[in-house]
Amino acid sequence: MPEIQEGKAGKARKDRTPMPEQPAEERRKNFNEVALGYTKEDALAEASRCLNCKDPKCVEGCPVNVDIPGFIKLVCEEDFGGAIEKIKATNALPAICGRVCPQESQCEALCVLGKKGEPVAIGRLERFCADYEREQGVKAQEIPAPTGKKVAIVGSGPAGLTAAADLAKLGHKVTIFESLHKAGGVLSYGIPEFRLPKEIVRQEVEYIKQLGVELRPNYIIGRIKTLDELCDEFDAVFLGTGAGLPNFMGIEGENLNGVYSANEFLTRVNLMKAYDPEYDTMVRLGKHVVVVGGGNVAMDAARSALRLGAEEVSIVYRRGEDEMPARREEIEHAKEEGITFRLLSNPTRILGDEKFNVTAVECIKMELGEPDKSGRRSPVPKEGSEFTIPAEVVVIAIGTSPNPIIFKGSEGLEQNRRGTVIADEETGATSKCGVFAGGDVVTGAATVISAMGAGKKAAKAIDEYLKEK
Amino acid sequence: MAYRILEKEEIAPSVHRMVIDAPDVAKAAKAGQFIILRIDEKGERVPLTIADFETEKGTVTVIFQEMGKTTKQLAKLSAGGALEDFVGPLGTPADIRKLGTVILVGGGVGVAPIYPQAKAYMKAGNRVFSIIGARNKDLLILEDEMRKASTELYIATDDGSKGHHGFVTDIMKQILDSGEKVARVVIIGPPIMMKVGAGVASPYDVEILVSLNSIMVDGTGMCGGCRVTVGGETKFTCVDGPEFDARKVDFNQLLNRLAMYRGEEAKATEKYEEECRCGLH
Repeated sequence: MPEIQEGKAGKARKDRTPMPEQPAEERRKNFNEVALGYTKEDALAEASRCLNCKDPKCVEGCPVNVDIPGFIKLVCEEDFGGAIEKIKATNALPAICGRVCPQESQCEALCVLGKKGEPVAIGRLERFCADYEREQGVKAQEIPAPTGKKVAIVGSGPAGLTAAADLAKLGHKVTIFESLHKAGGVLSYGIPEFRLPKEIVRQEVEYIKQLGVELRPNYIIGRIKTLDELCDEFDAVFLGTGAGLPNFMGIEGENLNGVYSANEFLTRVNLMKAYDPEYDTMVRLGKHVVVVGGGNVAMDAARSALRLGAEEVSIVYRRGEDEMPARREEIEHAKEEGITFRLLSNPTRILGDEKFNVTAVECIKMELGEPDKSGRRSPVPKEGSEFTIPAEVVVIAIGTSPNPIIFKGSEGLEQNRRGTVIADEETGATSKCGVFAGGDVVTGAATVISAMGAGKKAAKAIDEYLKEK
Repeated sequence: MAYRILEKEEIAPSVHRMVIDAPDVAKAAKAGQFIILRIDEKGERVPLTIADFETEKGTVTVIFQEMGKTTKQLAKLSAGGALEDFVGPLGTPADIRKLGTVILVGGGVGVAPIYPQAKAYMKAGNRVFSIIGARNKDLLILEDEMRKASTELYIATDDGSKGHHGFVTDIMKQILDSGEKVARVVIIGPPIMMKVGAGVASPYDVEILVSLNSIMVDGTGMCGGCRVTVGGETKFTCVDGPEFDARKVDFNQLLNRLAMYRGEEAKATEKYEEECRCGLH
């Protein structure tokens, strides 16, 4: 293993180049992107920290195995065009991954520099390269000779887009069916503008279309056509329909006006742009907003509520901060912006007035008991510790399940009890011949990059399947 | 992608019929289902029940009443124009099969979704007693179409300007009292009418269905905004419905939830009308 040394310029290799950000006081009032992106100087300084290890661990940590030292070397040489090409060889959505991947638990977690100091900021460099390319104008892609095979992809989220890109690059004719009016899945409806500008998503989708992929929005498989009909029309089908069904807690008062699923709240704000008065879609504004849950979606909802003008936004989570599934960075950002964390607390009922509007959330204090199956210590309510938090808006962000609409009128696709599709981990193959699946529809709600990894593996398996067919 | 408007007419004061070129939707549509449309990039997603569809021509008909900003804006569009988005068919189709005698009750623009049901029940071999109503005779829609699609057609107006002077539910009660063996009653109209109608029919030995018009965004089960309590359980109107057993529906909750954005809607409508007066639209 190489020794960690002082950089050539004498700059300590210990600390990473900070990400320029909008100050918390400013950004809590707008929907503009929080992280502003590296300048060229920042990128060169950060890239120079990379040791270009012979046996790079970081690549193993990447679900789509981007050649990380390879692209960083090109950044050092100021060949940013070459760098983005290297990334795009395995990752179709670098501008998105550079922004929303949990690098700290993937590539960066395995970076050698992380042992004695901070790992190379791989995600920030990836974002820099993608943004550089976008500003220069994305190069037109060469489309390979057609194989004559047709593949249908259901869902245009990260799994579907990745599978589509890889299959198109192999010469297959790909059609993506999307139920909403806009492509991107969770990238469009779920992740807020301040974390992932929709213009970026639009341009990444444009790139996929340039590869020859046909996109059919407003097209619901399970309603317009069944999965079985798709199987007849196409040589293979990939299901990347995500986990779109919101879970509720089943407590009293959950149907009061002002109680939203995180899906609804975020869809109104992100996809339908309810924060912009020019747009018609409405969202209820509250002085006091309570968000239930501890994942990235809860952070997104809380920070969106703040930007909509709420005076106090609380996150209510039944375990402690260490157990929160959200990314560290998101938790920190939320705290900086002034979100109140009410940890080890769980809602017991939602209270309303005579007009059916939410007025408060009653919670109970929790304490951590023995670790459960997931290895996290399970919370136990402390009797008699109920307290109430005033709220005009409550957002339930406790997770989602796969949407069963896709399965309507179709047979032979095995699912487990939670409604997820059973698929081979390596290939995405399902119990139904010619049907592959990947992303949240298989794993339940997870990350953008893991869905992309699954889309990638499935594309490879579909290509092999088509060759044998 | 745009969806062309092939026909557009005002069939009653502030009530409009629009025929849209949407072959994929037309091919898959069944009675009891709905669509969601969006006028333009800045528009909201609006659910509307399918009033008719022609598979061969690839067209879908919707009927709507000018209520708020979006429906007023929609009313200004004309044949030759286009909608930004048009998606469907959504919702579980009505469970239509041969039952014997069915009563179909439609109030106001609720007559529109009743029409494809009447055709389908007739086709399935049922005796169809249809009752349609409105506040007055000018607001009554689809009378001729409904007459053709029913074994018998009854009309009621609140002011007595046509047919029975009173409510559609009065006629429904008369038929149920007449000793006629009725298998099912389907009531579609304003929520308060469905609530009252369900109450009137409840004591009789008959299945009662209503079609709900909850507020929703995506229409595929993703947002959960359309949740409604049915038989003590939370259901999503968009995927579990829109038709439910009327005896089990918590109508008070439905009415309350429909009022969620009333204040904001009134403001948006007022602003839009003001802009129209200033010649901005």
